[in-house]
Amino acid sequence: MTSTEKNRENFEIIKKEKERWTDEIVKKSLEKVPERKRVFKNLSNIKINSLYTPEDIKDLNYIKDLGFPGEYPYTRAAQPTSYRARFWTMRQFAGLGNAKETNKRFKYLIANGQTGLSVAFHLPTIYGYESSSPMSAGEVGKEGVAIDSLADMEQLFDGIDLSKISTSMTINAPASILLCMYLAVGEKQGVPMNKLTGTIQNDILKEYQAQKSYIFPPEPSMRLIVDTIEFCTKNVPKWNTISISGYHIREAGSTAVQELAFTLANGLAYVEAGIERGLNIDDFAPRLSHFFNAHNNFFEEIAKYRAARRIWAKHLREDYGAKDPKSWRLRFHTQTAGVSLTAKEPYNNIIRVTLQALAAVLGGTQSLHSNSFDEALALPSEDAVRIALRTQQIIAEESGVADVIDPLGGSYYVEALTNKMEEECENYFTKIKEMGKGSILKGSIIGVKNNFYQREIANASYQFQRELEAKEQIQVGVNKYKFEGKTIEPPELIKISDEVSNEQIESLNNVKAQRDEALAQKSLEKIKEIAQGTENLIPYILTAVKAYCSVGEIIDVFRKVFEVYREESIF
Amino acid sequence: MGKNIRCIVAKPGLDGHDRGAKVISRGLRDAGLEIIYTGLHQTPDDIVESVVQEDPDVLLLSILSGAHTVLFPEIMKKFKEEGIDDVLVLGGGIIPDEDIVKMKEVGISEIFGPGTKIQEIVDYIKGHLKR
Amino acid sequence: MEPLKKSSEAEFELQNLIERMRKGDRRAVARLITKVENGGPEVSKKILKEIYPETGKSFIIGITGAPGSGKSTLTNQVASEYLKKGLKVGIIAVDPTSPFSGGALLGDRIRMKSNFTNKNLFIRSMANRGKLGGLAMATKEAIHILDAYGSDLIIVETVGVGQSEIDIFKSAHTTLVIMPPGMGDEIQAIKAGITEITDIFVVNKMDRDGADKRVNELETMLDIGENIVVDQINHNVRIVKSKKWRPPVIKTNALSGENVPELIKLIESHREFSKTSGLKKKRLAYRYKHYVVDIIKYFQNKDIEHLIFSNPKINDFVDQILSYKTGSDPYSISEIILELFSKRYFS
Repeated sequence: MTSTEKNRENFEIIKKEKERWTDEIVKKSLEKVPERKRVFKNLSNIKINSLYTPEDIKDLNYIKDLGFPGEYPYTRAAQPTSYRARFWTMRQFAGLGNAKETNKRFKYLIANGQTGLSVAFHLPTIYGYESSSPMSAGEVGKEGVAIDSLADMEQLFDGIDLSKISTSMTINAPASILLCMYLAVGEKQGVPMNKLTGTIQNDILKEYQAQKSYIFPPEPSMRLIVDTIEFCTKNVPKWNTISISGYHIREAGSTAVQELAFTLANGLAYVEAGIERGLNIDDFAPRLSHFFNAHNNFFEEIAKYRAARRIWAKHLREDYGAKDPKSWRLRFHTQTAGVSLTAKEPYNNIIRVTLQALAAVLGGTQSLHSNSFDEALALPSEDAVRIALRTQQIIAEESGVADVIDPLGGSYYVEALTNKMEEECENYFTKIKEMGKGSILKGSIIGVKNNFYQREIANASYQFQRELEAKEQIQVGVNKYKFEGKTIEPPELIKISDEVSNEQIESLNNVKAQRDEALAQKSLEKIKEIAQGTENLIPYILTAVKAYCSVGEIIDVFRKVFEVYREESIF
Repeated sequence: MGKNIRCIVAKPGLDGHDRGAKVISRGLRDAGLEIIYTGLHQTPDDIVESVVQEDPDVLLLSILSGAHTVLFPEIMKKFKEEGIDDVLVLGGGIIPDEDIVKMKEVGISEIFGPGTKIQEIVDYIKGHLKR
Repeated sequence: MEPLKKSSEAEFELQNLIERMRKGDRRAVARLITKVENGGPEVSKKILKEIYPETGKSFIIGITGAPGSGKSTLTNQVASEYLKKGLKVGIIAVDPTSPFSGGALLGDRIRMKSNFTNKNLFIRSMANRGKLGGLAMATKEAIHILDAYGSDLIIVETVGVGQSEIDIFKSAHTTLVIMPPGMGDEIQAIKAGITEITDIFVVNKMDRDGADKRVNELETMLDIGENIVVDQINHNVRIVKSKKWRPPVIKTNALSGENVPELIKLIESHREFSKTSGLKKKRLAYRYKHYVVDIIKYFQNKDIEHLIFSNPKINDFVDQILSYKTGSDPYSISEIILELFSKRYFS
């Protein structure tokens, strides 16, 4: 008997034995106490069996499907040593008020052991409005830091050595402008471009699909992204040019499978766009990074991360012919699910965040933001941010989970679920490719314009809400185990005064008064001219940024040339 | 023929988090209400203009960015200028307790935070219509 | 139903609203539309008696197309072009009411944002409130109100499914039907009678694959259609159509605005044609003939219901029906009642 034959016989025995167990043992038990639910399913509507056995993963080929950490297909881990060499980067997203205040928060986080920075910008920056624009009323400094011009950016990183820290910037439509500002600050600090490390989110597709902070139509937006990729590939080689983000897709109410599928499809769309520009895939693909959500269903999340690595590797190698293993390797940042936090009994959120963060670590994340428990109430307070960071440190230093690579690999359930996630993800890929007549890039843009993604997400989100109201989904303290008594008071909430707005507008006016106006206007004119053509825009944006043109001014030029995008409403 | 409750659901400010607004729109529709969804990034002028033209019974404002401190009072000020006094105005989103008091002072009847059931909103609307 | 007010009080309120509307008060316009929406023909009757002489001036365009055809965006573009000329534009966007809940999601304003604060524009979203035949009577009254308010142009925009297109045609001077590429491989139009109601075909989303193919399909269909006799009976509705106007087919991109000025030219030339050929008058005559029938039906139905239910004789008739004898079936009994009606014995 060959070993495969032996195996097959083995599976037959297991199958038979399982049937016997179900018919005799389980049935009897169920007669006494039935199961809690008629159907068990996870948040992606995947049915969950009561027990998984080797038979559920009988087609799994260890070398082909799992392999070794740091090797194709990377199912087990992106790095060969994973957390045994270095923990994940603990990167707490921060930004509030003006640049000076956020700079203080950054220094506080660094002093408490944080190893990377992550900038949250206020909405006017995200939409390319100056703080003084009527559209910015009430928004200045509220959800993130107010950055209008290079002057603010200099203040933001004042006293922080950019050669020693990596910075992630959550910015999309104006990503190229903020990147240029960062490069300019680096230059002033004496750090050359090729030494700077960090990430810009720069992922516009998910904006149309979920987060909605787009400005221009998809085509010019894609051009700006590919311009950034092209420029960084040549000049800022350590920079992650896109953080392909599922986080926001999930926060908008998608399922885990949708998050996985849409994110990876968007990633493949950027790959196709880069190739279309004439770039060599192995020159830019290694600098594409990913960003996922960590939600409540523990094993589903872990399976999602593992499947993501395998799917990405397979497609990059098999479909797009990448040769460099670094192109195959999917690296990702994770943030715990903001949407899962409750305003009722806010301290319960600490436990939610812990479980979500643990799932991200067991799924092999490269960096992690753990939410603060008071975020369903307001901007996170300093104490809450510290507790969130401590959560990660306790997982890293005390729990022992970081001592072994992919500890859940080989679990019948986790492997079966990983396979299932991959299968459902591929089904979505097929649909997207069909829309694009074989091209994921075209399919993604058509899908956006047809509201394919928006409709899928809206349906999932509505279904979840209905299940929540029917108590098929439970939120502890909200629709079950409600507590009517007095809870521990959360620490004092952070409030951004509307005064910040006046100060910011004043400082922007000062910057404009002091700059070389002719130079500023000339550089804006130049951007307009280049935008109308096809030349790479980044060097011209860099010039304008150094002339202290504001984000709003540059985006206004683009608005005129590219026009603004308006979506249909999909519920 | 007969009276149907008409609601405008609007998102003032710049935040793009429309999951809540959309889920609520759909939920209210399924509860038999007529929902006019006006989309993202509505300025106070846009919202007041919509209310003038659509003549709704209810205006639901959803905001998560914290700009409510400026935008809600601004909308209510413009309501006064236009003489609109028979529209029930409700707010939703992440709004701290101390702000809720202030929002009620300027004329927002109720604020619904995260975790509110759609049925609660429907019941509230039916019990508090102003005409 | 509107809560019952003392009739004099209610009439005073309507009178007051009409006065305010005449002075250009937009809130009064909006409230009058609400009144016809909620109050039905009883309220419309009072309003129309007052404002009718002020109507008949607006140019009414119907725009219809399947969901996703881009009709709201196109409506916005057409409106913008007329607003640029300094004209006053009214838009009535009709969406279906959910048959399950009676609620509706009206999302058309969202695509009209760029025109929002233009005081020459008045947009009203309406749910059809389950009226089979799409456009409810209230929509027709809303058109009258916007007409009296002084709109130079009124665009009625509605989801195109079957009967509602016919309804649009009945109310509009010029009807645009949007047929984007890639929505169903073959044109279902012939079946649905779309050719008969269309004055201009718009192949929107011209940047998509298949736009030219769609244009060819429509042209071919029109070629065949030219040999079909017009003025035919269709779904019991008489279609008023001129043999001298072959509906042009135009490609547009409503998102970018491409070809929208050309579309406006076509609309204007149809407008001119209607006037000079007498088509406009024929259509109006047709429209009001049906309108009168609708109104009479409504009030007569109500009267009949009232007459029958309030008369004790009905109980005797029902007893007869329940006896299950020859000649006591509901049809025979109804014939007897009708006979009594005609002799005025049933009162």
